Amino acid sequence: MTRIDKRFAALKAEGRKALVTFITAGDPNPSVSAEMLAHLPKAGADIIELGMPFSDPMADGPAIQLSSQRALAQGMNLQKTLDMVADFRKSDDETPIVLMGYYNPIYIYGTERFIKAALAAGVDGLIVVDLPPEEDEEFCVPAVEAGLNFIRLATPTTNDQRLPAVVKNTSGFVYFVSIAGITGTASADSEVVAGHVTRIRQATDLPIAVGFGIKTPEDAAKFAGISDGAVVGSAIVNTIAQHLDEDGAPDAALVPEVLNFVQSLAQGVRSAQ
Amino acid sequence: MNQVNSYRTGPDENGHFGIFGGRYVAETLMPLILAVEKAYNEAKADPSFQRDFDYYSKHYVGRPSPLYFAEGLTRYFGGAKLYLKRDELNHTGAHKINNTLGQILLARRMGKKRIIAETGAGQHGVATATVCALFKMECVVYMGATDIERQAPNVFRMKMLGAKVVPVTAGNGTLKDAMNEALREWVARVEDTFYIIGTAAGPHPYPAMVRDFQSVIGEEAKEQIMEAEGRMPDTLVACIGGGSNAMGLFHPFLDDKVEIIGVEAGGHGLDGDEHCASLTGGKPGVLHGNRTYLLQDDDGQILEGHSISAGLDYPGIGPEHSWLHEIGRVNYVYVTDNEALDAFQLCCREEGIIPALEPSHALAHVAKIAPTLPQDHIMIMNMCGRGDKDIFSVGRALGINMNEF
Repeated sequence: MTRIDKRFAALKAEGRKALVTFITAGDPNPSVSAEMLAHLPKAGADIIELGMPFSDPMADGPAIQLSSQRALAQGMNLQKTLDMVADFRKSDDETPIVLMGYYNPIYIYGTERFIKAALAAGVDGLIVVDLPPEEDEEFCVPAVEAGLNFIRLATPTTNDQRLPAVVKNTSGFVYFVSIAGITGTASADSEVVAGHVTRIRQATDLPIAVGFGIKTPEDAAKFAGISDGAVVGSAIVNTIAQHLDEDGAPDAALVPEVLNFVQSLAQGVRSAQ
Repeated sequence: MNQVNSYRTGPDENGHFGIFGGRYVAETLMPLILAVEKAYNEAKADPSFQRDFDYYSKHYVGRPSPLYFAEGLTRYFGGAKLYLKRDELNHTGAHKINNTLGQILLARRMGKKRIIAETGAGQHGVATATVCALFKMECVVYMGATDIERQAPNVFRMKMLGAKVVPVTAGNGTLKDAMNEALREWVARVEDTFYIIGTAAGPHPYPAMVRDFQSVIGEEAKEQIMEAEGRMPDTLVACIGGGSNAMGLFHPFLDDKVEIIGVEAGGHGLDGDEHCASLTGGKPGVLHGNRTYLLQDDDGQILEGHSISAGLDYPGIGPEHSWLHEIGRVNYVYVTDNEALDAFQLCCREEGIIPALEPSHALAHVAKIAPTLPQDHIMIMNMCGRGDKDIFSVGRALGINMNEF
């Protein structure tokens, strides 16, 4: 069992849903990012998604594109992202960490080398946006065999014929993308999403978290209520952006404000039925 | 490397050319890509699709394009006998329309109402806007904000043709950012929208599909050279950005005894980052749906290329070229901005043809090798675009102020 499996089992026993929070590693700079990461569990994040910055994040909207650019401008790279997780693990051995990003930096790092380094750093799961099941053999399968969870996105366009292939090598949880679109845009209709969640439940026993377009504690409560958890990314990253001056330097309120926002999201999720 | 029976059988059913190609896209796009593939396979098997393509190629685009014996340049080089495949004479002035015509016919078959496209220099945008006007389809073109400034005449052309041009400010505001944005838009409008990709790259089936539509260039050239010379050429030369004009000329000749040379944009030279030579200066990676050679740093972050030719200014290359490079079937070289500028002027002077800066790269390489070859050596170069669009860039590079005439 990975930390992700254990966390979902524990939440189920407690009868509550998961809050999954996303930040980009190194945004707005490596030290502030590490400080936020360290405090996210206490603020109420049950699972942490840590973005691996990439120059061309094709499935992301402006908020996360800019966060990637800020991180890269501060010298962030894949090795430093892994080091950041290793540092986090020195004081937290329970909160699951999922690295989320695009395939090219991993491919250039070397897939075997990356899998070893991720396990050594204390990473639990991976979301690689541009690796569909059709390309599973080269990275997904070896990562799962080595003990990492491979979390796949299912989307409104994933039809019933395709769903079994999508969940086949998926582990940890299924991430349902609530809208056909990019991160940080419109909010979905919760009834439509509930229909999709029911459909996915018929194809897998894995927990299902819902993300894309969840901006407020109310949204988080609503979507966690019809699934096993809510993922919030762009709204958190936007809070970071609001506390940067023209040169991109963070103000003193940035970390407390981000953590306050995460706390409010956690309260929302905890109120979910 | 294993000997293969044919170089023309790729890609495999998952879109791979060796290790290159594939379908590296987000799940939201995957069902669409599969639908395009299915529709394209059906269209290929339907004679009426080919009939429509041939009809509009002939009557609207103006095909076949001539294969012209370049007397002036041949005399000037004093070596190989040079033929130019005159795809710059197509309607809209470049080879791009071969592909946009094929894809819009497919979009119509699929019942799509709306077309999106990315463009760098604006040539593909214009070719897309043109066929959208012809077939009465809504057209949205994504173009980097930096490129919009550099290519105002093409922006105006697209607008006159009824297209909406959306400026992309993400990243550096150039072609790769425009392609990211078009992919994002496609994800958000999956039901009614077809994405016409402008080069032989992107997720499967695009590289194979674009190659097939552009192969009309090589098929015609093969017939025409047989008629003119009674034999196959010795050498083919074409320029490469994403590589669609080159793929179109090369593919029909891959199994013949013909030397094939692709010419990349060397910008200011390969010593620094100021070039667009993905094969000679990059390494394999994954971007925009396919594995291929890319300009990138040690962390796998994609770099911006540079070339005087906006049409070659892309940090990747079609996956089939990557494969042909690795197996050694095609020889890839580069020429610099300055060499291309010299070739541009040479062509104007010796042939009375103003070439685009893209084929000026191909001609610059021809200028290096033709003088060393015997007079019975036959070369075909793809003159894939005309240079009217480039007069401002060339004027700037030559230090000529057009306001002072």
